[in-house]
Amino acid sequence: MATSSGLLASYEYLDSTVDAIEALRKAGFEQIKAYTPYPEAHIEAALGYDQSPIRVWTLVSALTGTATGFAFTVWTSVDWPLVVGGKPMVSIPAYVIIAFELTILFGAIGTVIGLFVLSRLPSIKPPVVYDPEFSSGRYGVYVEAESARLDEARKIMNDQEPVELREGEGEADA
Amino acid sequence: MGIATDPTPRGALAHPDVENYDEVNRDVLRALETPGKGWWALLGLMVAGIGVFFGAWGWQLYKGIGVSGLNSPVGWGVYITTFVFWVGIAHSGTLISAILFLFRAPWRQSIYRAAEAMTVFAVMTAGLFPLIHVGRLWHAYWLIPYPNSRFLWPNFKSPLVWDVFAITTYFTVSATFFYLGTIPDIAAARDRATGLRKKFYQVISLGWRGTDQQWHHFGKAYIFLAALAAPLVLSVHSVVSWDFAMTIVPGWHATIFAPYFVAGAIFSGVAMVITLVVPMRKIFGLEAYLTTKHFDAMAKLCLLTSLIVLYAYMSEFFLAWYSGEEIERTAFWNRAFGDYWWATWIMLTCNGLVPIMLWFKRIRHSIPAMFVISIFINIGMWFERYVIVVTSLHHEYEPFAWGIYRPSVTEMCILFGSFCWFGFWFLLFTRLLPPIAIQELKEVMPAPMRRPRTEAH
Repeated sequence: MATSSGLLASYEYLDSTVDAIEALRKAGFEQIKAYTPYPEAHIEAALGYDQSPIRVWTLVSALTGTATGFAFTVWTSVDWPLVVGGKPMVSIPAYVIIAFELTILFGAIGTVIGLFVLSRLPSIKPPVVYDPEFSSGRYGVYVEAESARLDEARKIMNDQEPVELREGEGEADA
Repeated sequence: MGIATDPTPRGALAHPDVENYDEVNRDVLRALETPGKGWWALLGLMVAGIGVFFGAWGWQLYKGIGVSGLNSPVGWGVYITTFVFWVGIAHSGTLISAILFLFRAPWRQSIYRAAEAMTVFAVMTAGLFPLIHVGRLWHAYWLIPYPNSRFLWPNFKSPLVWDVFAITTYFTVSATFFYLGTIPDIAAARDRATGLRKKFYQVISLGWRGTDQQWHHFGKAYIFLAALAAPLVLSVHSVVSWDFAMTIVPGWHATIFAPYFVAGAIFSGVAMVITLVVPMRKIFGLEAYLTTKHFDAMAKLCLLTSLIVLYAYMSEFFLAWYSGEEIERTAFWNRAFGDYWWATWIMLTCNGLVPIMLWFKRIRHSIPAMFVISIFINIGMWFERYVIVVTSLHHEYEPFAWGIYRPSVTEMCILFGSFCWFGFWFLLFTRLLPPIAIQELKEVMPAPMRRPRTEAH
């Protein structure tokens, strides 16, 4: 990757952005990154996204919460047997509430950890390729390619009339 | 190739007066600029109120719980009433942010950030009340489930222990949900800020760049968190209601309590959102984002929950009569015509009678009228909890154990101070974090297209 560098284009319109991404992918460029001010389904579709693995994080951590809730309450009741209010030592209906709350708690925390791991947050180091306009109203497309193919990429990106096109050195953020 | 353009006419949009994405950033982030004199004055008032709050609490810690009006037979008074009140306030925030998100309600975008912030701060306020109520604060850590010196664990069959789990989970999840949803907007604030503020936003935005990969996982994580928060919000006030319903006190021991409390919570919470959003809209010039359309939708939510709550009141009275149970009948006769008749009638007036006005479109579309009605509802809902807590306890089974409870000055100071504590955090929020969800507003706005909008693909 030593000979590769990148190009960053910012677009004013959504359809030009989508067209640029589709054209780049058609031409065989693999390392494409898009910046949007809000989650844009059309751009995700153009980049060919599938399911996010975050659902596994949610499911596993939520079920861990359920299991913890039941195991904890049952174990503590048996650990120091004491009859309270004439109820059975292990009263599952009462423990459902604890298990339910822990399902939600663990599930939520697991989802956030999953998100941080998958989208590489937090990343404190200043970005090399970024434009403050991307959080306001512009769409960005960053493509990384070998130096030999850079001109081809530039032509494709210029076809969609970007507001700005500049060369970015090094690696883009997550 | 290409994407179909959205043929929606401008008038049908949620925010027809907002032209483009840059305008959203400019208008919303303007609220974060140098605060005016009015803001500082309000903040000063709130800080003074917090002084009253902690002063009164300190006095109670110094003298003992006897400085409150709590005594046998009424051991739960203003503190528990106010605890339930603030937990209830919290609920509509999660309703608007999670449940209406899952239902794709088209009017929630501009309100939900303020509502969610309200949730977090209301739970923070509510969480103080059990600590105040237990009296001996230095033993409050007994609430945490851990084995004592004889390895005896807390009783997990007790609704009070359930409550600890429900409230801590609710606080953690709602704070996480609030923060997560704000990250992209903090990044937007970072990109415009300068100096020290930029440093602050840089750190709390966690280096968010809005890349496709980040949005992809963020969107999914947000849906899952909403799906987890939706049943949570229904469970929390149910658990709070079981603190009452699991006892045998007449007036509390009812199966209707969980849905009745949840409806009441949403009712009071939506009213509180209206109370907070009306001045916010005015002060920060956000009229284009919070239109009568939004107030109309909130008014309808208030109206619906008001009807549910009124139905619950009526069915409680009816069932007390229909049961033929002497004690139950006495309890409810006492509720309406006993020593605390005035509290009951304030509750019925504010929660049942005043919201009838919301049937009229003219009133739903008048923002001053909505503001006034929302304050009536807030008062009514506080009194609802007061009626439930106090009238049931002061008039239980044996006549020799009946008694009268009068809130002391200390209790009133703490009640008043809790509003200032809540207001303090909310004021800080309006200046530090974007008070309207920038990125979600953009999602419901038409995307800018190079090809003309009428051209269909």
